[in-house]
Amino acid sequence: MSAFRTQTGGRIDRTRKVHFTFDGKTYEGLQGDTLASALLANGVHLLGRSFKYHRPRGILAAGSEEPNALVAVRRDEARYTPNLRATQVEIYDGLQAQSQNRWPSLRWDVGRINDLLSRFFPAGFYYKTFMWPKSAWKSLYEPVIRRAAGIGKSPTLPDPDRYAQRYAHCEVLIVGAGPAGIAAALQAAKTDARVIFCDEQSEMGGSLLSESAVSIDGLSAADWVAQSLVALARNPRVTLLPRTTAFGYFPHNLIGLNERVTEHLAQLPEHCARERLWQVRAGTVLLATGAIERPLVFAGNDRPGVMLAAAARTYLNRYGVRTGSRAVLVTANDAAYQAALDLGAAGVSIAAIVDVRKNPGGELHAAAHRAGIEIFAAGTVLGTRGSLRISGVQIGQVDGSGAVHFKRSIACDLLLMSGGHTPSVHLFSQSRGTLSWNEALESFLPGTPAENQRSIGACRGVYALSAVLEDGAAAIAPQRFTVTATVTSPSGWLGALPRPVDSHGAKAFVDWQHDVTVKDIQLATREGFHSIEHIKRFTTTGMATDQGKTSNLNALAIASDRLQKPIPEIGLTTFRMPFTPTTFGSFAGLSRGDLFDPVRRTPVHPWAAQRGAVFEDVSLWKRARYFPVGDEDMHAAVNRECVAVRSGCGIFDASTLGKIEIVGPDAATFLNRLYVNNWSTLAVGRSRYGILLRDDGFIYDDGVIARTATDRFHVTTTTGGAARVLGMMEDYRQTEWTDLKVWLTSTTEQWSVIAVQGPNSRRVLEGLVTGVDLSAAAMPHMSVARGAIGGVPVLLFRVSFTGELGFEVNVPSTHGQAVWEQIFAAGQAHGITPYGTEAMHVLRAEKGYIIVGQDTDGTVTPDDAGLSWAIGKAKPDFVGKRSLQRPSMQAPERKQLVGLINVGSNVPLNEGAQVVETRAQAVPMTMIGHVTSSYYSAVLGKPIALALIAGGRARMGQRLYIPMPGGELEVQVTAPVFYDLEGARIHA
Amino acid sequence: MLESNDWLRELPPATRLILQGAPDAFTAAARAWSPGFSATACRATGSGGRNSLWLGPDEYLLMAPANADYSDLQAALHDVPHSLVDVSHRQVGLEVSGAHCAERLSGGCPLDLDLSRFPIGMCTRTVLAKADVVLWRTRSDAFHLEVWRSFVDYTTQLLLEIARC
Amino acid sequence: MLIIDCPYCGKRPEIEFSYGGQAHIARPVQPADYDDEQWTGFLYMRSNERGMRAERWRHVRGCGRFFNALRDTTTDQFHGSYKVGEPRP
Repeated sequence: MSAFRTQTGGRIDRTRKVHFTFDGKTYEGLQGDTLASALLANGVHLLGRSFKYHRPRGILAAGSEEPNALVAVRRDEARYTPNLRATQVEIYDGLQAQSQNRWPSLRWDVGRINDLLSRFFPAGFYYKTFMWPKSAWKSLYEPVIRRAAGIGKSPTLPDPDRYAQRYAHCEVLIVGAGPAGIAAALQAAKTDARVIFCDEQSEMGGSLLSESAVSIDGLSAADWVAQSLVALARNPRVTLLPRTTAFGYFPHNLIGLNERVTEHLAQLPEHCARERLWQVRAGTVLLATGAIERPLVFAGNDRPGVMLAAAARTYLNRYGVRTGSRAVLVTANDAAYQAALDLGAAGVSIAAIVDVRKNPGGELHAAAHRAGIEIFAAGTVLGTRGSLRISGVQIGQVDGSGAVHFKRSIACDLLLMSGGHTPSVHLFSQSRGTLSWNEALESFLPGTPAENQRSIGACRGVYALSAVLEDGAAAIAPQRFTVTATVTSPSGWLGALPRPVDSHGAKAFVDWQHDVTVKDIQLATREGFHSIEHIKRFTTTGMATDQGKTSNLNALAIASDRLQKPIPEIGLTTFRMPFTPTTFGSFAGLSRGDLFDPVRRTPVHPWAAQRGAVFEDVSLWKRARYFPVGDEDMHAAVNRECVAVRSGCGIFDASTLGKIEIVGPDAATFLNRLYVNNWSTLAVGRSRYGILLRDDGFIYDDGVIARTATDRFHVTTTTGGAARVLGMMEDYRQTEWTDLKVWLTSTTEQWSVIAVQGPNSRRVLEGLVTGVDLSAAAMPHMSVARGAIGGVPVLLFRVSFTGELGFEVNVPSTHGQAVWEQIFAAGQAHGITPYGTEAMHVLRAEKGYIIVGQDTDGTVTPDDAGLSWAIGKAKPDFVGKRSLQRPSMQAPERKQLVGLINVGSNVPLNEGAQVVETRAQAVPMTMIGHVTSSYYSAVLGKPIALALIAGGRARMGQRLYIPMPGGELEVQVTAPVFYDLEGARIHA
Repeated sequence: MLESNDWLRELPPATRLILQGAPDAFTAAARAWSPGFSATACRATGSGGRNSLWLGPDEYLLMAPANADYSDLQAALHDVPHSLVDVSHRQVGLEVSGAHCAERLSGGCPLDLDLSRFPIGMCTRTVLAKADVVLWRTRSDAFHLEVWRSFVDYTTQLLLEIARC
Repeated sequence: MLIIDCPYCGKRPEIEFSYGGQAHIARPVQPADYDDEQWTGFLYMRSNERGMRAERWRHVRGCGRFFNALRDTTTDQFHGSYKVGEPRP
């Protein structure tokens, strides 16, 4: 048994020893210990070095408010979690914990020099010191500051764990399983409500788990908790979630919970999620988040061995650990006397109680007297001694005139303190509820809630146990409890303890985690920061991961004192989520790896994959980019595929094109109003290239639209535009043109689309397609017919995105791959070659066909793109028409789509490269446009490019220059068509 | 594609139609389509192997066994403005069943799937993590999902992963 | 994540909806009658109310309908939703 472990009592399992390491040294703890309680049981108080000054730090608290005792826990190279609060880490056999922010070792840390040099590092020092030269930031200041001041390290390998997520719904969510929460849960369980009841600790019970001498309804606190939890667990409508932190309160009663599922286990179960993120939508939220004991602010209050009084009581009563041998208590209320009494009864020598009040009294004060403990009224602490652990305390006393005198030095290895309680209003504040200052309790309490929500118990300033229980129950239905407990009066102390006027030099900490002292806050007020929001940012008080749980109110009080303004006038900074740090993995959930986003594959995908296709991502789709043969690189494969299409026949999977079926008697009218083209004149069985603008006149999407019946159109969109075009159409249909009888249905995935392109394409299909005469006369360019291939009905488009004779076969998706394979087999005699998106891009660029989103960017009009011919000039209106008439939309200097061919080089231009008029301009050059598409054309034997250039069409034949990384390239402006200028091939 | 399990399966092919129109279209269609059309939002009606799922105030998903002949429906609608589009191949049916079905779906679906809130016969488009689905409760312990074809892999892998952890 | 009351489907989570900007801006029936300044106003000028705002939503991952809703931009609380074509309550 460890030296500091009591013989009996506590909630640890004394029969189950647990071995763990801290900084490589093995220790023994008990099942039920936290890392903090187990280390304290071994007499270890030094756990880390502070953030800025590298001062030795120990354990201040026993719960999630702990600002000091941050450790890293390592399971393996990838499972390394920094910045965990030792007070929340449950030990298991084999746990490896490490201290942080020290080098080379915790006991001997080089960084402590910062403490000696601290007068050079006042608040805001980095804003002032590291201003100049600017270039030094990246190379010098930032890396050095990061190494010196960072907290913890990141793991170096990807996170191997799973993280689950769950949406949940309940009528009542209760956060916090102390007496108020349990009383509320018991009442809620009697109704037909679904109840979710969560608590951040491993065991539910809250403050009752640390109580030694109270009874509720005739049961000890422990028995009442146990009995209540058994009853709740039996109720199928109640979900109990221990080890679950309510980290964020979002609008409309959505609460984020982080459940730690396996963190406490020595052996990780296979497949089990490490954590589960719950998104709980609650009818009513009951916040039973309790209160946090406030530290006192005095010189040297950060030494290991200085601890909150209630924490010491928790370590003793819950974990069976004496946190020292000889203790001094400094307090501003009588509740903390119970800690001294409990520790005294457990064999800790209580050297003195320093009570900052002038006339302390009450039941516990009397008990301390009876126990023979020396009590100093109107006392204060002037300083502490010790290096890695406190060894003594200097006590002072305030005389009648308010002057502070040194009284005595007392040797001790434990200094307990209590400045009263601060209600935990974090979640209430996150929910946008307004806080109101309660002068009697010297606390901010929940005021008007913004949601259907109620705060119960200590988090709203109700402290007496019977009142807490009744307050919790009353949130659902009133209930009386019979309680025996010592009644104490709540009182506290805000800000710095009294000290002599000449006490300079010593550091009195306000914010342990960010190393903010009283002097830092005073400096901020001297420098003119009067709002707490500014003081916070200047000093960084309350900005660390603990969100100022222990420090906010003291910082406010010090600023208030300095500025001679009451606390409510200085204000309170916003509490932000998360309540305690929450892992990224928990937020990512299953959205990692293969499940990061849906990967959409076409029915032809398996064939292409088997064929060795290289795929590219196009929105969520995987599209075959090219089909390498042998050891071809992309360039070689694309050249071969392009030549094959132009000279024989290619087959291409165009299934990802968006498709929308537009049906109804007003379908043509609807399309007339939307697209720039005239649709009334389109005959059934024919198709047309359509352009869709937004009302600002810029190209939004394009695609071929076929009329398959008088009242039915088959619209195609770009791959990426499918959803947004349908959304835009629905918007006009539902909100602007409600008079039209027309309806829209997405058919993108109903059809697989197999493009068969090239001079041999008719020959390939002729023997396959039944029911359609494919001859040029019967089925000319831009015609549509219904037929069948191998008994599968197909919708056949004669259409071309290559400039060659071509067809697009629309096949019901289930049969997509089978029909593809039939066409591919039939095409063998005609040299059919599968080609990918890269060759498709080259082929269409050779013909100057634009790709919306590549050759257009949301600022391109049909005229800019050379597509004025498509506009139905006689139409009174279409979406975007009015904008095209604005003067700026017709200016001759607008950027227009042109072709570029290289002069004296054979290097393809960079897409996105800028275009300039003259060579060797001084920087910044005058840019007149940019390259939108650029490829090497194997058919033409040279590079080709499309570009948007100011006044481009008036520049035909002009020489321009493209500054590129290797030097300027000279180009000549041409029309944006490079191949088959007469367009004869498409009509073959 | 699917691992062997007893709670997630791909349903056999089916005939699927999207019928849209004004109320008179549904009055006419009901003469040839036995399940009729629920006037209540988010409810399915079924009879004789045919089902109508309310998707929107003027939009229903009609389902029948694969390769069903629906010429009678087309005939009944002949004189009424409407849109009837065959989407049989657009999507795939999945069934999630068993005691944990609602809990598993809650790993990705934000709706309250408690039987009292999402009763048998309720149907709606919604989301399952990053996929859009039509969710239809067919039994107290079974949901029918309609998922666009290219999202089926994602949806099934997601559900299997949810069940694993 | 807000809860939004779809006039057709009832209260549903925000993730099912897409936002559609300020409500009650009708596209002119005869855009040609608008001068450049009026047309610019229709295209681009929008209010940015502090407080109650009528705005468009679409239940895109639900019934697919557009509708209007009143939302207090300072609290994110909704104060009713109504179908397209109905007047602002």
